[in-house]
Amino acid sequence: MKRWLPFAVFAVLLAFLFVGLWLDPREVPSPFIGKPAPAFTLPVLERPGQTFSPAQANGEPWLLNVWAPWCRTCRKEHPYLMQLAASGVAIYGLNWQDQAGEAAGLLAEIGNPYVLNAVDHDGRAGIDWGVTGVPETFLIDADGMIRAKHSGPLSERVWNRKFAPLLQGKGS
Amino acid sequence: MRRLAGCLFALTLLGAGATAMEARPNADDPDLERRLLALTADLRCVVCQNESLAESRAPLAKDLRQEVRALMRQGRSDKEVVEYLTARYGDFVLYRPPFKPATYLLWIGPALFLGVGGIAWFLTIRRRQRKTAADRILDGDSGTDPPLY
Repeated sequence: MKRWLPFAVFAVLLAFLFVGLWLDPREVPSPFIGKPAPAFTLPVLERPGQTFSPAQANGEPWLLNVWAPWCRTCRKEHPYLMQLAASGVAIYGLNWQDQAGEAAGLLAEIGNPYVLNAVDHDGRAGIDWGVTGVPETFLIDADGMIRAKHSGPLSERVWNRKFAPLLQGKGS
Repeated sequence: MRRLAGCLFALTLLGAGATAMEARPNADDPDLERRLLALTADLRCVVCQNESLAESRAPLAKDLRQEVRALMRQGRSDKEVVEYLTARYGDFVLYRPPFKPATYLLWIGPALFLGVGGIAWFLTIRRRQRKTAADRILDGDSGTDPPLY
């Protein structure tokens, strides 16, 4: 019986390490879940001269998708965002650190899934939202509370697992 | 030989010049920079997670250092700066996470493992000693002790 003990300890260790293999180190708990969306007022990409603040989007659940034209993963995510937008989900873009100003041209070329884009030129709004990289997507409910956050590209799998259940709960 | 040494010396000077250029913003307020360095060495860069905020060259780390610098110039304390960052990025930015239920195992774990290991070690040693003593009696060896290893 005692002879099995080292093996049991080894097996437990192995199990922990094995699970660790599939964990995503970018999957960091966000301190924003359940808190009101941080405010900002930024110029709107699509309508020069206008500004956008998160409070304007409240009234229905919406997504804030943080992206940048130089971000390759965002391009990979783009077709799914188009699909989501077509199904009636309100996606607002935060055009993050687009120093070259390529966003408008790129969206004209590949299609624009966003209701509008707020231009966060120097990334200050990104810091207030705790953005660590692009793409990142927040789900904000009708009352302006952040309900979920996903780091990395959105996909149908992520949507069904993380976002869709929350929307059903609210009877979107 | 001497010429080579001279060349090398000139090169070192060039190198020194280059680093001095990069470090120029630090010269404005050496006290603040020292404070910034001390604080950010204990904070994690949220992009490249195994680097500290002080040493990371990621653009976001640069922005965050700039942000911390600005907060310090406004006269915020180290604690307030850390609160500013944890409000946005969570305890994850702290290399020394606070002691709370979610981190109990993290903080106590090593001592716990040491304790369990120590008890196991103690029990094993005692059992072996008892066994050798019993063997000796069985062998009828009541005289000189064999060397203990």
